[in-house]
Amino acid sequence: MVKRLVVGAGYGLRDWLGQRATGAYMALYTIIFAFSALTLPKMDHEHWSALFSGGLMRFLTFLFFMSLAYHAWVGVRDIWMDYVKPLGLRLALHLVTLFLLVGYAGWAAKILWRL
Amino acid sequence: MSEASVARKARPKFLDLREIRLPLPGIVSILHRISGAGLFLLLPFLLYLFDLSVSSPETFATYKAIVGHPLVKLILFGLLWAYLHHFCAGIRFLLLDLHKGIELEQARQSARLVLIVSLTLTVILGVWLW
Repeated sequence: MVKRLVVGAGYGLRDWLGQRATGAYMALYTIIFAFSALTLPKMDHEHWSALFSGGLMRFLTFLFFMSLAYHAWVGVRDIWMDYVKPLGLRLALHLVTLFLLVGYAGWAAKILWRL
Repeated sequence: MSEASVARKARPKFLDLREIRLPLPGIVSILHRISGAGLFLLLPFLLYLFDLSVSSPETFATYKAIVGHPLVKLILFGLLWAYLHHFCAGIRFLLLDLHKGIELEQARQSARLVLIVSLTLTVILGVWLW
């Protein structure tokens, strides 16, 4: 029987796959974003914010931040699991990471939907 | 079935970080972790800048003033490298997961490529954006 220490983390394939899928999406978005940003006619507020206010780009950017939150959750959690051995501290760090990332995702959504 | 009956010698454990010479793929790997951690730690700063840059012409001006500061430029230069390294190394890891380039020599070459491409892109984009 495998004994698992319950520290609020997920295990196994889902996170492994999720991290790669979100990574692949963010790589694709990066190319789309870099191309759009580097071909802006003028780098001022009007052109820059218009880049994100279009329906498609807003959706893709929102998806980017959601992917980022999930991707970073798995990655940062792995760092805690590798280096932080005391369970209470590890659990606390997991929770802080999770709360921060959920907060960042909400912040990103607010920025995008105000445009 | 004949199991080797020779008792295994206790293998030496050597974990002195100052003495370990990581091979290139190992360097790419640990830099992937370090760049990811750095991006995570400074994510609120980047979101703050993004918020300022898109919200209004006035906040855009504030954003311009902040990113014009030499120290901030230095930090952003570091983050640019972190993002590009994470991006390049991430693509390499995705390909390795698909069993592409897993031979030793290819893996060394692709690790070298990741380091060179991410540094070159950082310099080009960094200089161009300044």
